[in-house]
Amino acid sequence: MTHGSRSARTIGVEGLARVEGEGSLRVDVADGKVTGVSLEIFEPPRYFEALLVGRHFTEAPDITARICGICPVAYQMSACAAMEAACGVEVDEGIAALRRLLYCGEWIQSHALHVYLLHAPDFLGCADAVELAERDRRSVERGLMLKRAGNLVMETVGGRAVHPVNVRVGGFYRAPDAAAVAGLAEPLRRAREAALATVEWVSGFEFPDVSADYRFVALRDRGRYPVERGRPGSSDGLDVTPSELADLVVEEHVERSTALHARLDGRDPYLTGPLARYALNARELPPLASEAASRAGLGSVCTNPFRSIVVRAVELVFACDEALSLVEGYRRPDRPAVPVTPRAGSGTGATEAPRGLLFHRYEIDDEGTILHARIVPPTSQNQLTIEADLRRVAEASLALDDHELQWRCEQAVRNHDPCISCAAHFLDVTVRRA
Amino acid sequence: MSVAGSPPTLAVWKFASCDGCQLSLLDCEEELLSLAGAVRIAHFTEMSRAHVSGPYDVSLVEGSITTADDAARILEVRASSRWLVTIGACATAGGIQALRNFAASGEYVRAVYAHPEYVRSLDTSTAISDHVEVDYELHGCPIDRHQLLEVLTAFLAGRRPVVRGYTVCQECKGRGTVCLMVARGTPCLGPVTRSGCGALCPSIDRGCFGCFGPAATANTASLAAQIRAGGASEIEVSRLFRTFNAEAPAFRRESVAHGPSVPVTLTRSRPTGADGPPR
Repeated sequence: MTHGSRSARTIGVEGLARVEGEGSLRVDVADGKVTGVSLEIFEPPRYFEALLVGRHFTEAPDITARICGICPVAYQMSACAAMEAACGVEVDEGIAALRRLLYCGEWIQSHALHVYLLHAPDFLGCADAVELAERDRRSVERGLMLKRAGNLVMETVGGRAVHPVNVRVGGFYRAPDAAAVAGLAEPLRRAREAALATVEWVSGFEFPDVSADYRFVALRDRGRYPVERGRPGSSDGLDVTPSELADLVVEEHVERSTALHARLDGRDPYLTGPLARYALNARELPPLASEAASRAGLGSVCTNPFRSIVVRAVELVFACDEALSLVEGYRRPDRPAVPVTPRAGSGTGATEAPRGLLFHRYEIDDEGTILHARIVPPTSQNQLTIEADLRRVAEASLALDDHELQWRCEQAVRNHDPCISCAAHFLDVTVRRA
Repeated sequence: MSVAGSPPTLAVWKFASCDGCQLSLLDCEEELLSLAGAVRIAHFTEMSRAHVSGPYDVSLVEGSITTADDAARILEVRASSRWLVTIGACATAGGIQALRNFAASGEYVRAVYAHPEYVRSLDTSTAISDHVEVDYELHGCPIDRHQLLEVLTAFLAGRRPVVRGYTVCQECKGRGTVCLMVARGTPCLGPVTRSGCGALCPSIDRGCFGCFGPAATANTASLAAQIRAGGASEIEVSRLFRTFNAEAPAFRRESVAHGPSVPVTLTRSRPTGADGPPR
């Protein structure tokens, strides 16, 4: 809904669509200038950091998975990594490879969902993917097939697609049979073809000419594209351990905001997610994905947030290709998990959720009881940057009529695939329902 | 069941939840486009910008009630829906966020926020059926998408859904999985948990942890005694019953019977420094 004259107007969207969770945005314009922007969250807090206290350290992966049904594996992996760091345990290479395979499944599922069902309709002027399918059923079916392939990987390795049951601190309950994993090869080959077609499809969209000088933060992982582990780094030289990152990130609880706003080192806002991963790790992409990126016209860095859909499509090629290599190289590990004995101390785990860097930090006692939990999801880290984007995009788009400007502003938010369900479990909530 | 000539309308509503159960609808990849052809998706924020005003033939409700505004909103959803179906553990039992119901009033908000006075949320997380009449409850954390399709098909066709209610234990027998409790002494909620997942966990050597909530005939006290006899401590038994369906009456009763009498202490001070043991 919009109101006001051309010089003074307010763009407000109360129920922001095609994002995970419930949020709203507001842009105020006066005298032809943007005077205020906010991305608000009216998702109720669920207090995960409080309810984890007193639970056993082995329960953190299953409990934190329930923060987000779209990226449960990200929560499970960061929780496991944190607990293993606290207990001084490293998993076997075979277990690590299986985790990477499971996580690739989640990237495929989540990116296919965002690219095809949540983001692409914006570029083609459709309210949703159903309307898009009326015009271009083949494309939507390709997206659903890709998404199915990601879910298949999650079901085969994790037991089910939403809230997998097979993940535990130390590894897995049961390593899948070689035959079951081999059965993923054919669907993944077809998915990889579909991902290549996706890059071609989305790179033909029209993109508003907007760019920003982002401060990118992502993991780096010794010559590999980062997924389930790595060392946090930034585009301006940061290179730290996960626990050092946890100390550097400060979250502010301010009244005007609906979120705990994360700042790194007390400085400017930063951005995690596909644009950041790509900027810091493009050279680590396998040839198939980097060639697709070149054909799509991506340089070594992409600073136009609207083109994040192209980067996500390139990451789909990567995730399918990587999953296929892991499937082809799969040998059932000698043991599904390494034993983890609790000891008093703290541990931090950082992994790359589809939407960006996600870290957990826990303190546990000698019996493994959780004494303290801190969870910092990508959307809360990105929120200040998303608001800055919203301002930039609104300023560049004031010539549009209200309807078009509203849609463009919504798109500015959807560009970053915000997961409000993730962010809200520790957000301050101001309810502003129309 | 709707106005002659127009397809029935479907609305999807979200309250406090993880989005995973509504995602199950989008996870029906092979059926999604046919479903969209058979019904009019009138309100589904996660999927569409479009919104059609009610009344709606079928409303799917995900999530629990945790704020005063949501307690008011669910009344509006009920009033505008011919059939109201709740999906998932949050909507049917309050979800994992109902663990706050076991804590002292206001304790959770003080532990998480620097300024509790900015936060407006209730001290409890409650099921939708505590607030309005519900026509059908579909259980699970998450729900099973095949059950969801059956429930939708049934309501749209005007018949009762055929979702059989027995226990995970029986599903396990059906699969021929060796009993983990008998063979290995692994604590397992299978005998008291509603079927629906296909006995996933025991098939991967893991005890059932109760995602689908208590079965109608659950003898939780007997199972708890058996698990205790296998060497589990009181707190371990309490934790087992106190997860995603902690507020479902049978599970609540059992977790309280074995629960800690002294609540844990929550603080806002955060550990810092390198990982590992304290230095």
